[in-house]
Amino acid sequence: MQTPASFEYERATSVEGAIASLQRLGSGARIIAGGHSLLPMMKLRLANPEHLIDINDLAELSYIREQGDELSIGALTRHVELEKSELLARHFPLFRDAENVIADPVVRNRGTIGGSLCQADAAEDLSAVCSAVKAKAVIRGAGGERVVGMEDFHIGPYVTAVGEGEMLTEVRIPLRPGGGSAHEKVERRAGDWAIAAASAAVWIEGGKIADVGVALGAVGPTTIHLSRAEELLRGKAPSEGLFAQAGEIASADCSPSADGRGPIDYKRHLASVLTTRALSRATARALHQEA
Amino acid sequence: MHVSISVNGEQVSREIEPRQLLVHFIRETPDLTGTHWGCDTSNCGACVVQMDGQPVKSCTILAAMCEGHEIRTVESLEVDGQLDPIQMGFHEQHALQCGFCTPGMLMTARALLDENPNPTDLEIRTAISGGICRCTGYKNIVSAVRWAAEYEAAAKQEV
Ligand SMILES: Cc1cc2nc3c(=O)[nH]c(=O)nc-3n(C[C@H](O)[C@H](O)[C@H](O)COP(=O)(O)OP(=O)(O)OC[C@H]3O[C@@H](n4cnc5c(N)ncnc54)[C@H](O)[C@@H]3O)c2cc1C
Ligand code: FES
Ligand code: FES
Repeated sequence: MQTPASFEYERATSVEGAIASLQRLGSGARIIAGGHSLLPMMKLRLANPEHLIDINDLAELSYIREQGDELSIGALTRHVELEKSELLARHFPLFRDAENVIADPVVRNRGTIGGSLCQADAAEDLSAVCSAVKAKAVIRGAGGERVVGMEDFHIGPYVTAVGEGEMLTEVRIPLRPGGGSAHEKVERRAGDWAIAAASAAVWIEGGKIADVGVALGAVGPTTIHLSRAEELLRGKAPSEGLFAQAGEIASADCSPSADGRGPIDYKRHLASVLTTRALSRATARALHQEA
Repeated sequence: MHVSISVNGEQVSREIEPRQLLVHFIRETPDLTGTHWGCDTSNCGACVVQMDGQPVKSCTILAAMCEGHEIRTVESLEVDGQLDPIQMGFHEQHALQCGFCTPGMLMTARALLDENPNPTDLEIRTAISGGICRCTGYKNIVSAVRWAAEYEAAAKQEV
């Protein structure tokens, strides 16, 4: 039987209350959202928090809405809600691509976007998704809010910019015209973590790639931002040849390790193919030409 | 700590350790061992129960997190000797052999039909993809869910 080590449990009734508890309890305290990454780690004693602060009652952290030129997603929004949201699918279809293949529908009833990002596991699909669309994380502490770009949010494996006494409250994505996006993943079987995954977002203006975001999941210690590929693509007219070149950069710039999901050369191959496919599909969507 | 959780419409109150998982809270309640406990790693789906009508893996939820929510287990399906159509479907279509996965499959399928009374085979397969069955090859489980959907549609027409 797998049982977590003992801890104290409390239920937050407000964001302010959760933050106050985090500050009072210090480094031994941890937030529990869906619990679908944290509880498995606690059962294996890889995580041994002394206090759990349950934020599941904080309905005010569960929403997807358009606010001015941004789309805001509350940290407690569950996978199932991201999957079903028409608003999100219209602006950023890569969320639905990803949600269809994140774990299984039963797990998706519990897991949250906040938990996925704060877990900072390179295989979390939403980390690559949020990097590609250039999302920003809203972190709140007793002193107020700060907003951090995805490139600064994930500091290392299982480490984020969320400090002691702080929590993630919202994910914000800038809304820009001419956009298209896609997420591609290869897994061993239904419901499994990625062997490799690629997220891409493009913004097309006057037949050229005005801006682009590409990120890889599961092929390095953290989510990989493909900045060299982005530089190559920016300002050019989209073409399959160009996307294949970006794929070659993906294969070179990732750093997978060999494990039960496959050897290194296979993962590099996937990084290349999936990057090319994601860019191609994102562009077709931006141009409303998706097959 | 003290918790009081609604299980199958009845309030179950007990002193527990905060680390107790929902699956054990349920199974340690008299007459509620129908919920199975399999992989313990959120993969097999044998432990699926409904929380406020949604299927969830009870090995990956703390009992303490369930206070204030409605939990339904496989025992709630049969009422006064009358099987739920989903149970009848499993019987009619031979959708179990050893039966270990069955409680989770039933609660997952029941939630699917409550949300989507006429699912396609693909929708059924997707819905139950969080459950592992080592015996049936899934084919008869899909047929059973279809059977229940058709039975319920016919029953509705008669009314
Ligand atoms: C069988 C299985 C398969 C899975 N497959 C996939 C997959 O293919 N792809 C994928 O992307 N994911 C997968 N997951 C993970 C799933 O997406 C989880 O739901 C998700 O990783 C974590 O979300 P959570 O809400 O459950 O977080 P929790 O487990 O509650 O928390 C995770 C971490 O984040 C912290 N945290 C949570 N919310 C906040 C917040 N608001 N502020 C600060 N810290 C916070 C917690 O303290 C903890 O450290 C799988 C999980 C399981 C069990
Ligand atoms: S025992 Fe819960 S999923 Fe296997
Ligand atoms: S009937 Fe044996 S595992 Fe499904």
